[in-house]
Amino acid sequence: MSKELIRLTDCVMKFDDEVVLDHLNLYINDREFLTLLGPSGCGKTTTLRIIGGFQRPTSGDVFFDGVRINDVPPHKRKVNTVFQRYALFTHMNIFENVAFGLRIARTPESEIKRRVEEALALVNLPGYGKRSVNALSGGQQQRVAIARAIVNRPQVLLLDEPLGALDLKLRKDMQIELKKIQQQVGITFIYVTHDQEEALTMSDTVVVMNAGKIQQIGSPEDIYNEPKNAFVADFIGESNIIDGLMHEDFVVGMYGRKFPCLDQGFQPGEQVDVVIRPEDIDIVPVDQGQLTGTVTEVTFKGMHYDIIVDFRGFKWLIQTTDYSPVGERIGVKIDPDGFHIMHKSAYSGMFGDYSSYSAEYEELNEEAPEGDGDEK
Amino acid sequence: MRNKYLAVPYVVWMAVFVVAPLVLVVVYAFTARDGGLTLSNFTSMHQYVGVFGNSFLLALIATAVCLAVGYPMAFLLAREGERIRQIAIMLIMLPMWMNFLLRTYAWMSLLEDTGLINRLLSLLHLPTLHMINTPGAVVLGMVYNFLPFMVLPIYSVMEKIDPKVIEAAQDLGADSVTVFRRIILPLSLPGVLSGITMVFIPSVSTFVITQLLGGSMTMLLGDLIQTQFMGTAYNPHLGSAIALVMMLLVLVCMAIMNRFGEGEEGAVML
Repeated sequence: MSKELIRLTDCVMKFDDEVVLDHLNLYINDREFLTLLGPSGCGKTTTLRIIGGFQRPTSGDVFFDGVRINDVPPHKRKVNTVFQRYALFTHMNIFENVAFGLRIARTPESEIKRRVEEALALVNLPGYGKRSVNALSGGQQQRVAIARAIVNRPQVLLLDEPLGALDLKLRKDMQIELKKIQQQVGITFIYVTHDQEEALTMSDTVVVMNAGKIQQIGSPEDIYNEPKNAFVADFIGESNIIDGLMHEDFVVGMYGRKFPCLDQGFQPGEQVDVVIRPEDIDIVPVDQGQLTGTVTEVTFKGMHYDIIVDFRGFKWLIQTTDYSPVGERIGVKIDPDGFHIMHKSAYSGMFGDYSSYSAEYEELNEEAPEGDGDEK
Repeated sequence: MRNKYLAVPYVVWMAVFVVAPLVLVVVYAFTARDGGLTLSNFTSMHQYVGVFGNSFLLALIATAVCLAVGYPMAFLLAREGERIRQIAIMLIMLPMWMNFLLRTYAWMSLLEDTGLINRLLSLLHLPTLHMINTPGAVVLGMVYNFLPFMVLPIYSVMEKIDPKVIEAAQDLGADSVTVFRRIILPLSLPGVLSGITMVFIPSVSTFVITQLLGGSMTMLLGDLIQTQFMGTAYNPHLGSAIALVMMLLVLVCMAIMNRFGEGEEGAVML
């Protein structure tokens, strides 16, 4: 692993009496693509703004390359930011937008020309220099904003929901492109988003945040496969979270039955949260099922069906390519690696029940772009 | 098609109260008292070059003072919190709701040789000042009356500057001087241009302020035109010609300014 570049120690941020960051500790390695992921108001944008120098933590320290930088103003930091709504300079053409930082650094004119053109080529806008900012589409403005930041060769690029305003197709293309750019220029990216798919696609490290606290730090695979608590399990992808009892290592109990699993290290008899991903559940004939339930809702999703199944009052979401009509009794089978066991946490019981399925689904799909709560 | 008919009253209004008077002014300017076509109204105007010069000079000074005072005011105002802004805007607007004549009379009683200021000065055993009936008093009157027209357009443009754009400039290495020079100033230019327009035009054509604060010492275009219509020198033909020439000069000024602010958004012309 490469060396540590940025460290936040015990950072607290308060606006009036509202605690936005609650004793945050985080370090970021050089050349890492790190994503701060969480819902609106979780403190992720505030964390980014502290690193950028636009906000000073109420208490706690920020270190850059081992030096405390709490009191260093933004224009003296070796980081550059790509803002949420691009914040381009509308009174300058694209070339001048990108050249802005270089001109301030009094770079020689010939070098400015070369580097601006390089940067524009890197973001796939070669020869666009003369155009007006207002003549660009959202995706193109986004690229200009990225070029304007990376042309200065910062050690760290901060990206604040840079794709939030783009449509889905463009967003997916840009995700891949951003990752490519990061690998090409070989610098640290700190990326803020509320979109879990974006986080999983691009990141080396994902930091899941909620209510001003870090819930989990890990690789995208870790975060998805081994969520630490019900919040993470629910926020990253779809999860059925069921109350369970750990009988012994590798054996978990639910609905009064024992299931083989791969988890160990819990107290015998410990109350736990059992996470089962909707895609890890197989539908089988009733007599072969480990559990049986009744289908209450079916939604066609293109690649699969979302099926809601009632197991004694607790509703599960199952994603399957096999159609089962509403009202049918079905059996389900879950392989041992389909279970993930978590200790009980403050979030237990708050997530993972699909009884209010449609409402929750809507919320997940239409999570508003970062609201005011996170932008202070 | 209904939209078309909705426009009728406005078209009629414009025709009767804007186009027709303008045509009348042009007709008057090019005719003599006997009704015959003539250019003598224009050729005889050379005797008023001094008045033209004075008017444009004083209006220019008043505009410059308004800009020098108004720009920092608008700049500071745009950074204040909501409450302070509201109160400040109201204080700026408040004098505008008071009758124009009354406001100017008030200045008269302040500036007179036996006015409030001089009485205060002599009370303190300081030498008194002669202020009324000077060009300075006229400029003061213009600045006092027209300053809000400078502050408000600049303020409204500045207020709309996205704070994220300023942060972006800081992020790219700009200190506060550079942020102002490269971002805030160019982005506020449309407001500056319309502020200049809105102060310069009424200043160059005012006659109430000159009459009340300038006495007979300062004759400006507004006074000159007024005397051609109402005064002893009754000659509406000459008055129209002067008005026409003034209009052309103002248009030329505005055109130059528009060229200056080319590429900027926002309406500059009134």
